[in-house]
Amino acid sequence: MVEQEGIRRYVAHIILWIGIAIVAFPVYIAIVASTQDNALIANGQMSLLPGGHFLEVYYQTIVVGTSGTTREPVGNMMLNSLIMAMLIAVGKIAISIISAYAIVYFRFPFRMAIFWIVFITLMLPVEVRIYPTYKIVADLHMLDSFAGLSLPLIASATATLLFRQFFMTVPDELLEASRIDGAGPLRFFWDTLLPLSRTNMAALFVILFILGWNQYLWPLLITTRDDMQTIQVGIRKMMTTNDALTEWPIVMATAVLAMLPPVFVVVAMQKLFVRGLVETEK
Amino acid sequence: MANVTLRNVRKTYPGGFEAIKGVDVDVGDGQFCVLVGPSGCGKSTLLRMVAGLETISGGEIDIGGRVVNQVEPAERDIAMVFQNYALYPHMSVYNNMAYGLRNRGMAEAEIKTRVEEAARVLELAPMLERKPRQLSGGQRQRVAMGRAIVRQPKVFLFDEPLSNLDAKLRIAMRVEIRKLQRRLNTTSIYVTHDQLEAMTLADILVVMNGGQVEQIGNPLAIYEKPATTFVASFIGAPPMNLMSTRPDEVKTQLGSNGRAAEAGILGIRPEDFVITDQTPAGGVALALTVEAIERVGAETFVYGSRQQDEQQVAATPGELPPGEVIVRIPGAEAPAIGQKIRVAAVREKLHLFSADGRKRIEA
Amino acid sequence: MQKQAIFQSRLLPFALVAPQLAIVLIFFYWPALQAVIQSFLLQDAFGLSTSFVWFDNYVELFGEPAYFEAIVRTFFFSFAIAVSSLSLALLLAVMADRPMRGGTLYRTLLIWPYAVAPPVVGVLWIFMLHPSLGVLSRYLRDMGVDWNPLLNGNQAATLVILAAAWKQVSYNFLFFLAGLQAIPRSVMEAAAIDGARPMRRFWTVTFPLLSPTIFFLLVINIVYAFFDTFGIIDTMTRGGPGTSTVTLVYKVYTEGLLGGNLGSSAAQSVILMVLVIVLTAIQFRFVERKVTY
Repeated sequence: MVEQEGIRRYVAHIILWIGIAIVAFPVYIAIVASTQDNALIANGQMSLLPGGHFLEVYYQTIVVGTSGTTREPVGNMMLNSLIMAMLIAVGKIAISIISAYAIVYFRFPFRMAIFWIVFITLMLPVEVRIYPTYKIVADLHMLDSFAGLSLPLIASATATLLFRQFFMTVPDELLEASRIDGAGPLRFFWDTLLPLSRTNMAALFVILFILGWNQYLWPLLITTRDDMQTIQVGIRKMMTTNDALTEWPIVMATAVLAMLPPVFVVVAMQKLFVRGLVETEK
Repeated sequence: MANVTLRNVRKTYPGGFEAIKGVDVDVGDGQFCVLVGPSGCGKSTLLRMVAGLETISGGEIDIGGRVVNQVEPAERDIAMVFQNYALYPHMSVYNNMAYGLRNRGMAEAEIKTRVEEAARVLELAPMLERKPRQLSGGQRQRVAMGRAIVRQPKVFLFDEPLSNLDAKLRIAMRVEIRKLQRRLNTTSIYVTHDQLEAMTLADILVVMNGGQVEQIGNPLAIYEKPATTFVASFIGAPPMNLMSTRPDEVKTQLGSNGRAAEAGILGIRPEDFVITDQTPAGGVALALTVEAIERVGAETFVYGSRQQDEQQVAATPGELPPGEVIVRIPGAEAPAIGQKIRVAAVREKLHLFSADGRKRIEA
Repeated sequence: MQKQAIFQSRLLPFALVAPQLAIVLIFFYWPALQAVIQSFLLQDAFGLSTSFVWFDNYVELFGEPAYFEAIVRTFFFSFAIAVSSLSLALLLAVMADRPMRGGTLYRTLLIWPYAVAPPVVGVLWIFMLHPSLGVLSRYLRDMGVDWNPLLNGNQAATLVILAAAWKQVSYNFLFFLAGLQAIPRSVMEAAAIDGARPMRRFWTVTFPLLSPTIFFLLVINIVYAFFDTFGIIDTMTRGGPGTSTVTLVYKVYTEGLLGGNLGSSAAQSVILMVLVIVLTAIQFRFVERKVTY
């Protein structure tokens, strides 16, 4: 429109850059702090420009950890987080896609009952049933294990619903054609449905990976051994109650490392991410 | 009450694409101007430039004696009917029509009078309180019309307003729009890709192609004397038969005298052929083999192929494959498929064009 | 809605649903059921005997001023976070919706905070606004603000709200942008021709048409603030100073950690479940009524 030309457009650009600055500032500070000397930071003398300790701080963070009591290398924490996030994402997609397949493509007793049983889980995150779940995981001897970390977080219906919705849009003729071509239910699933679901699976994986990587309360509760800590839990333990003893450069380096994988996934796979986000919230 | 004048209007997009390559049009006060052309010809862009929805890269747009190049849409005193109607989904029919008046600070009593008058004319009175989603396509279209009428603007702009309606409704609304425009006597610019709509509505027809005006004029005059092969094949259905004049059978018939010799392309409308064994003096006769027959009741279309063709002309939007000729004959009597026939057209019905199709040649 | 073309098999479908069913039953229904049962029971101090006490745990909980405060605080936090992040996100989305150069770049630069985990958000913000070493605290002190969120409860609450809103802007921005792009351009153009100036156009056309998106996001943001603030609070203030940043989830967590009253803890879980179910139900009801163009 004629009126959109000129000054209005510059105002929009300026507002957006201010927004970006607000969004980026805390992270910039973290990156800067992770390259500086702890003594300077602790004195409140931190510079707003990057310091020269980048390599040594990150080396210590990843390989050694803090000098305090919980001496766990962040590299190991990242590995734990990675395993947990992968288990949650892959596990949830795997069990959801096959159960959605059963619910959509078969008629069997209790079909709708099972659908509703799964559907209701959509409503309640793990936080509201945290201690009873903890007790069950403890009874099953799954504390400090990856199974204990991931299984309760897999118990939710988002992915099942998404796949069900998608399967409903797959034309019936496809099944009829494969049946005429002699394919049974498993063959149809493997040869036709799975390849068709690829984009949906990828979008879902992106979202679930981020959610899994960012889990906090549950891992905090069920991991007691230092070597089972995830990075989110680890960073909290580095923040000692006595601020003077907190090794800020290492904490900030850990924060940066904790952000890196999920932020990378969002930026690099933006299309899938947006798609996954919009579809899982429907 | 206003005339609209476009002087050498141009539109170039930031990427360098030239959508409008210099257009001059003069629409007189109260006239109904139709912009017609294939999709992508720039007709909608041109209309949106008149509305102020697109910026103008060059030239001048003048509405009622005022150059409006830098004037915002709201200040141009125009009203527009959009292809998808663009009704406000959250407002009732009444409020959809009243919105533009309220924005201009009109008194509620006056708004009420105007909206109710428009609703009466458009037979929308019983549904003033409904939301657009509760209306049928035709009703939505009428609300969009109503929104334009209540404003009593200088100019109405229509952007393919009937293309979302089914065929029957489209014809009915076409007549409605024409009647309404005659009564209000408001200058109108109407964009369509449907040549039938264009022919029936226009006082002035502007045929566009590739961002340029191919021809401007009275619809019948354009039909009778198309200026280019593009216009010849775009206006009129089925399209004009276009063929190269090079084959000897045609050339000898046209004679080598006068300007006919310059002609590279010969055009004959399907309805101007008669099936006959004679060759009219100065006219053209062709030998065809009947390939297909289409009977539509009052008339029959015969698709024939010419036997001895070396070179053919493909008209720009040409719907005819090379070597094929359509003949329209009245009634349902038709030759059999495979039969060899001779068709002929008299001298007065021949259209001659230069070899590139850009120029009409008066023999 | 049901498929017409299906497979016939007796056992296969059960085998296919079995893994999910097992996990859901063991890790969802069983603990949820436990919480509900537990909330009606009273255990003595030594865990030796339990008795059925009807709604005593609930009555006691609501009689507790600290619990009531936590409810009010949680809702206050939720609304404050939702309103502040929604408004900023809406402003940015409206600006980015204009067809202009760099549109996708802006989106990329604005959506990534979604991927930052709540505890990390907490760390980033407390570091920036730490009373003794925060880079922004210096400026606040220079401006004459007695800034110490570790001692001042209101300041601590403000900090939590700011940090949580910061993270949530990206999510809201994305959905607002999608919502804006779903509004047909021609509707906005019609409004421009109808003489509505940009501000009036926003309030009379854009805003009403976005209202389903706004409502949907409001519910999502509130649920988010219920649960995801846990990580922020835990790294930033640990509920303090005093109890000024203790939310319902944080209270469940800390009291459970102390291993105190099981019945009370279970009752708190059940109340949370009910709240979330109500919110989700509201959202489901509303989302069905979409605007049709």
